[in-house]
Amino acid sequence: MNWAGLYTVLSGVNRHSTSIGRIWLSVIFIFRIMVLVVAAESVWGDEKSAFTCNTQQPGCNSVCYDHFFPISHIRLWALQLILVTTPALLVAMHVAYQQHQEKKLLVLTGHADPKHMEEVKKQKIRISGSLWWTYVCSVVFRLLFEAVFMYIFYMLYPGYQMVRLVKCEAYPCPNTVDCFISRPTEKTIFTVFMLVTSSICIVLNMAELVYLVVRACARRGQHNSNPPSGKGSFYGHKLSSEYKQNEINQLLTEQDGSLKDMLRRNPGLQEKGDRCSAC
Amino acid sequence: MDWGALHTILGGVNKHSTSIGKIWLTVLFIFRIMILVVAAERVWGDEQDDFICNTLQPGCKNVCYDHFFPISHIRLWALQLIFVSTPALLVAMHVAYRRHEKKRQFRKGDQKCEYKDIEEIRRQRFRIEGSLWWTYTSSIFFRLVFEAVFMYAFYFMYDGFRMPRLMKCNAWPCPNTVDCFVSRPTEKTVFTIFMIAVSSICILLNVAELCYLLTKFFLRRSKKAGNPKHHPNHENKEETKQNEMNELISDSCQNTVIGFSG
Repeated sequence: MNWAGLYTVLSGVNRHSTSIGRIWLSVIFIFRIMVLVVAAESVWGDEKSAFTCNTQQPGCNSVCYDHFFPISHIRLWALQLILVTTPALLVAMHVAYQQHQEKKLLVLTGHADPKHMEEVKKQKIRISGSLWWTYVCSVVFRLLFEAVFMYIFYMLYPGYQMVRLVKCEAYPCPNTVDCFISRPTEKTIFTVFMLVTSSICIVLNMAELVYLVVRACARRGQHNSNPPSGKGSFYGHKLSSEYKQNEINQLLTEQDGSLKDMLRRNPGLQEKGDRCSAC
Repeated sequence: MDWGALHTILGGVNKHSTSIGKIWLTVLFIFRIMILVVAAERVWGDEQDDFICNTLQPGCKNVCYDHFFPISHIRLWALQLIFVSTPALLVAMHVAYRRHEKKRQFRKGDQKCEYKDIEEIRRQRFRIEGSLWWTYTSSIFFRLVFEAVFMYAFYFMYDGFRMPRLMKCNAWPCPNTVDCFVSRPTEKTVFTIFMIAVSSICILLNVAELCYLLTKFFLRRSKKAGNPKHHPNHENKEETKQNEMNELISDSCQNTVIGFSG
């Protein structure tokens, strides 16, 4: 499991995102993960081996490195990227659950042929109803994680700038010792770059949040002023999730009666009936 | 997520590019990204380890290396390649949006839709006209800007494109002036010149593509101006299709209302 694996997992979520969500995902993968993998990791590669202290005292080097770099930038960014991309999986799980419900509905209504099943899998689900809440929660969590990591970064490495020289006096270093960091300018450039892309991602997330809220309010306003859903084709109306939920509920309540009838009329179905939990 | 993944993403864009665009993409992947990965990274691999200063003063080497190489060539090229290849994604997004619209139209059961199935929509190649032309031209313009900016940054940071063998350093804590020796300077010069040359070729290709698109645009416009009464299934295809779509949407609304009341 590496970044490529994460890319595969999240590409699936892409289909059910808003356009801003897709832009956010592209920015994450191209300007953050890819830059981290192809460039930043090699800049920080020799951070410990090239960390030199002006002393021959054994152990001083290690202790000073550990004191000034409790957790390396690279590892912090990797954690940040993993935590920031994971809320999207909430949406993926919810979509999978909805698709599962639809397939169950198709089976109950007797449309369980492969063609319909494939259609359910390929169909793009609208972000409305409970999916809207899940999506909004995932965006809020993303924002939260980004902000928390930016704060941690600032706390651990105030100013975001990497200095050339740090003065260390931790035991076993004798007195105060000068320690020199490797490639400080290059590290500062990449830190600033990652910070800027992180801010862009925060802005994109906020924009997406505002877009979702505005869309929900607009839809609610339209719904209040236009109760019968006469917009779009009949097929499009059938696909709206509230309508489908009502159908599912209706069928599930009728299930007892109709299934028992079906079983009485067709004893061959008894096997399938045994698998039914509602019977 | 590495260069291979970028190749996969950009490979899709290739279908909707002009021929010059396809040549540009090939040059980018074979002569720049591939050379960077299989050759240049090895040459610069030991750049800091083998950067030797004529002093025993601890820290002097680190400081001198940082002073002369604020950002390594390799990283600069990697950033340049990422930035230069990303505008193509604007085109990919625009094409995906158009395809999505066509699929929606197809699913609504449009009788006049010329596609047999969803697969055909997925495989269809869009012509570069209308709003797609603007997106494509903007992407080429951004590519040019990024290439120029990075070439300038390179020239500014390294005072020309040659890697010297010896650098004289007197940054603290180095005592007085100290001689520092760069590892593999000739090989680095060769690769730097190679990458600059290929970058210039890419700039030329982008300029040529821009000229080609502009020429095509003006030719099409003059043809339209010279031939106002034209068959609807030629240059006005986009507008006619949009009109048809609008008609169908208003028709389907009526039908749905009738369907519910009936």
